[in-house]
Amino acid sequence: MADKSSSNAYWAANIRIIMISLVIWFVASYGLGIILRPMLAGVTVGGTDLGFWFAQQGSIIVFIVLIFFYAWRMNKLDAEYGVEE
Amino acid sequence: MDQYTLNLLVVGASFALYVGIAIWARAGTTAEFYAAGQGVHPVLNGMATAADWMSAASFISMAGLIAAVGYGNSTYLMGWTGGYVLLALLLAPYLRKFGKFTVPQFIGDRFYSQSARMVAVLSLIIISVTYVIGQMTGAGVAFARFLEVSSAQGLYIASAIVFVYAVLGGMKGITYTQVAQYCVLIVAYTIPAVFISLQLTGNPIPGLGLFSTHTESGLPLLSKLDQLVTELGFNDYTSLHGSTFNMFLFTLSLMIGTAGLPHVIIRFFTVPKVADARWSAGWALVFIALLYLTAPAVGAMARLNIIDTIYNNGTQADSVLYEERPEWMRTWEVTGLLKFEDKNGDGRIQYYNDKSEAFKATAEGRGWAGNEFTFNNDILVLANPEIAQLPGWVIALIAAGGLAAALSTAAGLLLAISSAISHDLIKDFLNPNISEKGELLAARIAMAGAIAVATWLGLNPPGFAAQTVALAFGLAAATIFPALMMGIFSKRVNAAGATLGMLSGLVVTCLYLFTYLGWFFIPGTNMMENIPANYLFGVPPAAFGPIGALINFAVAYLVSSVTAAPPQHVQDLVESIRVPKGAGAASAH
Repeated sequence: MADKSSSNAYWAANIRIIMISLVIWFVASYGLGIILRPMLAGVTVGGTDLGFWFAQQGSIIVFIVLIFFYAWRMNKLDAEYGVEE
Repeated sequence: MDQYTLNLLVVGASFALYVGIAIWARAGTTAEFYAAGQGVHPVLNGMATAADWMSAASFISMAGLIAAVGYGNSTYLMGWTGGYVLLALLLAPYLRKFGKFTVPQFIGDRFYSQSARMVAVLSLIIISVTYVIGQMTGAGVAFARFLEVSSAQGLYIASAIVFVYAVLGGMKGITYTQVAQYCVLIVAYTIPAVFISLQLTGNPIPGLGLFSTHTESGLPLLSKLDQLVTELGFNDYTSLHGSTFNMFLFTLSLMIGTAGLPHVIIRFFTVPKVADARWSAGWALVFIALLYLTAPAVGAMARLNIIDTIYNNGTQADSVLYEERPEWMRTWEVTGLLKFEDKNGDGRIQYYNDKSEAFKATAEGRGWAGNEFTFNNDILVLANPEIAQLPGWVIALIAAGGLAAALSTAAGLLLAISSAISHDLIKDFLNPNISEKGELLAARIAMAGAIAVATWLGLNPPGFAAQTVALAFGLAAATIFPALMMGIFSKRVNAAGATLGMLSGLVVTCLYLFTYLGWFFIPGTNMMENIPANYLFGVPPAAFGPIGALINFAVAYLVSSVTAAPPQHVQDLVESIRVPKGAGAASAH
């Protein structure tokens, strides 16, 4: 393992990436799909509104992109801090 | 060739494949039995995870649930996929780095406490056993419908197949069979959906077809559906007819519950590296999404098709004569899952919402005396190929797919149960001196025992089978998920905190469910009627998971803050699981 301060910085960077990802996770599902749906009522998508699309399709697509982004970003972070396997 | 022979051939071929894989992937060591030797490629593990996760509920029931309610049941779509984000970000990589075989083992080591480990074992067993009942009964029903055997005989066949590959191959056998089962179930689910989407919208991708134009009417498909259902007195399909708060809480409950299900978590122990655990979660969700992006289209289109079949000249004209009903209705009437009762004696099928006060006058004006057509939501997916008039081999494929979904999940659950018994209870608690060979034998006996119990419960399903799913998700959210998360993200939470936290989550969640659903789900023993007015802060029992989790977190932090910090070696353990370097091959100790 690298020295203490470097491993603390690595963990702090990881927490930051997790936080950003969780905000996106929340907004794509609970936000656009549920709570903010009334605000999106004006945006029509195939006979209904954007909120409905996020609840039944969009949120899932965002989740996939998010997990691959996190994996890619963390693997890069591992290399930057020399903690990859 | 008749349909029965086709079903037999396709299902038989899929079973021969599973057994063949089981013989090829026999487990020789405990590492292979518990974690497939940690050599599974992340993409294959993703596929196996998808089959492990997608149960009879996802394959058979989910589209029907969405069809019945519309937008409000999007909770299942978001909840059962969003949990993978939590898994990928908060649990999977670190648990893989820890590199042991079971979930209770992590909790026991991290919280340096046998009691914490035993509470985890208890939660794991309650969660997995309740979950497995549904899989076994689901498999039994699928056998009964497609192979024309009794439900009990079907259950014995299902148990025998799982016995072969789970006892022989352990995690290794289960993993490679699940890969095959995933392929069978996704092909079976997608083919009818593509054809139905083509027929209705001209778009071959169901997820896109859902938002396309309905060819026949020229209206957007969802507008057409909204129009049809409201003309029959039902709630419109695309709006929310409950509270936003409940939808939010229920989605959260499913997400946290998903991330806390032990049989899903242990799948991430099987990949070679920490980086692979991260990728693998992404691949798992890709494979899950292939079904989950299609399911809402299947639901909406099936609902539209059923109304179109009954009101073949539009909702304002007379409905179809019972004598002229299509063939698939006749087939499903035999099973009792679809029923017709001619209440007004006009020989026609009336399908409308007779519970709507606003619609009463219209219905009476048309001489209707109540809804005459009822169906079990589960038949929507199973009858889909027949509704779309697809050839017999597609129907046979749906049978094989439904069975693959139920069996793959059952096998994953049984492995979680048997490894908790042989590894956590026997190896590390009752008899630490057991040899590797002895432990492998114990694991196999535990697996066989778990299958016997699951079969018995499948034959004698407790009347509360449906409610136990809420229990499984609620407990996974209230016990396992918070304990794992605190174990990774906090160095301060100690043995007393974690143990009491899990216990409070467990007890409070059970109490809340029992209050409304009856003690141990025995009907009539509930202390309060199961109606929204009685719920504490309006929280329905099925959505209690996040509250249980909150209680767990709060108790754990509170108790930890007034007791001593964990010893140095535990804090070092937390440091080490946070960085990928040095994971290497996993070990039992």
